[in-house]
Amino acid sequence: MAEKTTKLAKREKGDLQAQEQTREESLFVRPAVDIYETKEGLHVVADLPGVGPDGINISVEEGILTLEARPEWPEPENPFFREFRMTGFFRQFQLPQEVDQEKISADLKDGVLHLFLPKTEKAQPRKIAVKVK
Amino acid sequence: MSWWTDPFRELEDLRRELFRTLDTFLPETPQTLFLPGLSARSYPLVNVYEDPETFKVYALAPGIDPDSIDVSVLANQVTIRGEKKPTATDVKPENWHRNERAAGRFIRTFDLPMDVNPDKVEAVYSKGILEVILPKAENALPRKIKVKVG
Repeated sequence: MAEKTTKLAKREKGDLQAQEQTREESLFVRPAVDIYETKEGLHVVADLPGVGPDGINISVEEGILTLEARPEWPEPENPFFREFRMTGFFRQFQLPQEVDQEKISADLKDGVLHLFLPKTEKAQPRKIAVKVK
Repeated sequence: MSWWTDPFRELEDLRRELFRTLDTFLPETPQTLFLPGLSARSYPLVNVYEDPETFKVYALAPGIDPDSIDVSVLANQVTIRGEKKPTATDVKPENWHRNERAAGRFIRTFDLPMDVNPDKVEAVYSKGILEVILPKAENALPRKIKVKVG
């Protein structure tokens, strides 16, 4: 799975509008992810602390998986000591051909997103029995 | 009280003071949650907020087994312990495309500037953030003294 470092603009020539992005927040961090492959498909696990089910936006467009999340965490006043700042999360990945984009499922628990990207039936390994004569 | 204090402590205080001052006019620099190596920095990251009567501690700790979280308080010292379970244990090394989320047991201890009341400490774990509310100890709270006019 290749990773995209910047948001891709639409690939139409002369379409300058597509390059423009409007977002409420300008700061985004890349969430830490684990990606592993099983026979059935790919699992993407991302740490998204403070993110609820409403604050998350997962999309697949032209084979690019986009994870966008916004934490719902009103910061209290009077910081005394601060190590982290809550910002949005953003990360993109190029999906391989064999992922069945229609059947992607997502599950969010304790600030961890678990995405399952099943492989298409064609791409799943098939065992061929060897006949011994 | 001797004139001698821990030089590292002094240095740490100085660093904190400097960063707090810089914070007020430098643009915000977000820290990435992605880090190389498992022990590249202290885990979990902690923010502390202070009210007149309480301290609020927030720790960024997604994916922790809630039963493994242990918060203990001794005078002004807070300790957070827990365990982050690995994502999957039965995956062959060659089947990993990315492995950035660290796993394992962690412990973090820090001192608050004044004592807290250990009986009234509350901890809540929600959406991957651990919130610990520590009311200040009564002997640490300021007391108002009425001035009698004679």
